[in-house]
Amino acid sequence: MLDKLDSGENANPWVREDIAGARFKVSRKAFVDEAILKLEREQVFDRCWLYIGHESELPQINDFVARSVGGRDLIFNRDRSGQVRAFYNTCPHRGAQVVREPRGNAMSFQCFYHGWAFNNNGAFATRFKDGNYPPDFNSDGCANLKPVTRLESYRGLYFVCFLDTVESLHDYLGNACEYIDLVADQSGAGMEIVAGEQAYSMRANWKLLVENSADGYHAATTHQTYFDYLMKATGGTADMSTMGGGDNRGNRGVDLGNGHAVVEGYAPWGRPVANWIPPWGEAGKVEVARIRADLESRLGFATADRIARKSRNLIIFPNLVINDVMALTVRTFYPVAPDFMHVNAWALAPKDESEQMRKWRLFNYLEFLGPGGFATPDDNEALELCQKGYRNLKEVGWNDISKGMLRAEPFGDDESQMRAFWREWGHRTREGALQGVGA
Amino acid sequence: MSGVATLTRLGRSEAEDFLFHEAALLDEWRLDDWLALFAEGATYEVPPANADDGVRSAESLFYIADDYERLGYRVARLNDKGAHAEYPRSRCVRMISNVRILNQTAAGCEVSSVFITFRSKADVTDTYFGRHRHVLRPVGGALKIASKRTALDMSSLRPQGRVSIIV
Repeated sequence: MLDKLDSGENANPWVREDIAGARFKVSRKAFVDEAILKLEREQVFDRCWLYIGHESELPQINDFVARSVGGRDLIFNRDRSGQVRAFYNTCPHRGAQVVREPRGNAMSFQCFYHGWAFNNNGAFATRFKDGNYPPDFNSDGCANLKPVTRLESYRGLYFVCFLDTVESLHDYLGNACEYIDLVADQSGAGMEIVAGEQAYSMRANWKLLVENSADGYHAATTHQTYFDYLMKATGGTADMSTMGGGDNRGNRGVDLGNGHAVVEGYAPWGRPVANWIPPWGEAGKVEVARIRADLESRLGFATADRIARKSRNLIIFPNLVINDVMALTVRTFYPVAPDFMHVNAWALAPKDESEQMRKWRLFNYLEFLGPGGFATPDDNEALELCQKGYRNLKEVGWNDISKGMLRAEPFGDDESQMRAFWREWGHRTREGALQGVGA
Repeated sequence: MSGVATLTRLGRSEAEDFLFHEAALLDEWRLDDWLALFAEGATYEVPPANADDGVRSAESLFYIADDYERLGYRVARLNDKGAHAEYPRSRCVRMISNVRILNQTAAGCEVSSVFITFRSKADVTDTYFGRHRHVLRPVGGALKIASKRTALDMSSLRPQGRVSIIV
């Protein structure tokens, strides 16, 4: 967004935007430098709203999930009164992680090291023996589990923030809410995270996956073997003209502000909600028509048509990706080192989906997405090759992100989505950059 | 490898011969020959690392859940240099051990084994380990794979990051 542009002497030296010349460059230092990663931790991950989980992951009272978010280890849980909470997963006594299972159901949590126990609302629940501590020892709450500073939700998606002075989640999401709605509205019964998690990694800088997650430009070359498969597996009926090039048929990239961005358009794959493909047969045609009719009755023709026939890759700054494509995936990723990230991905689906459609959805998911898919491993390879290529940064120091800058309404295979991300990133890291971090 | 006419007599050494042969085909990247080990209608599955034993691909997110048709496409893709993740191809060695015949029925012979697979590419070596569960049955006088499930006994797919090889 224009209000995030810093220019002249105040410009972030790592993000160069020349509007008149239609050039956008990013320094390759941003992908390799330890000091820049430290700056990102302070200025991005310590200050932005970060996705922790979906409400459907805590269906019952006392359910909990342990999750790493923004470099912290957190407990995401529903307490005994039904309230959703988040705590730092560390014992207030000497620091040990309290919850050690990835998920479960528990009225209380106990640190095994010295036995300190906590109700699942965080309150300290062990009775101290007289004389060990003063009677008012916990009057300031120092023996309770510490709640995460901020926890807010939008349409079932829960986010945390480690700073108490930031705007509300709703204001932070801003224009991205429209696209989250297009996901949340896919079922009148609500959406749920499907069982099973893909916890993997890439030997690449985390920002490469941000770029890649909404990159229409790379599809035709990086994923040629996927589209070959799709053409054959769907009986050659897939309309490949929808992929890039040509008139783009309404495919577009949109800067949503605050660093959020989306690419939206038509694609040749099947969509469980709701675009039929031949392998689903006549029974599938009936089912897809039923889903489509339900969308229309709840949301009207225009929104129903948009949900059913268009795909969307949504980036919520800095690191939440919702890909509403041949299946629906929620994905987050965090830097462990400048050249290594942890990735977590889940499938999202309508709660009231039929068994058959759920099966097709998961089959669709795996045809492209995840560490064993026909596409994601090639993205992984491309990102790792970029990271290796940056070894040459002293001589070849800049990435080009200029594609489509001359167009008033950028296409889906232009690079406006990445520019939206980099402007926000540049804005947030600018002060550190000007103070000489990574110099 | 040995032809097996009936299931009821399949012994451990025959099962081992079969699994060692399968591993050799994969090590040598003879993927078409590997695919030919599968019976029509076979399935090939890799649940996510750390998953429970009984988890089902129809209701839970896996890494790989191929029916026979898609398994064919997987092999075709891996034979194409457009499968960038495996081009240039990885060097791999697959160790198979602890082979056990779990049960034999008319439907097939269930064979459990443990594995360690080393994958090396561009100066990086990754290790995968876990258990294979094969269901083998004779088809036209030869032993074929009716289903194969590879359970990765790792807490996550880190740092390996991908299962772009047939583990």
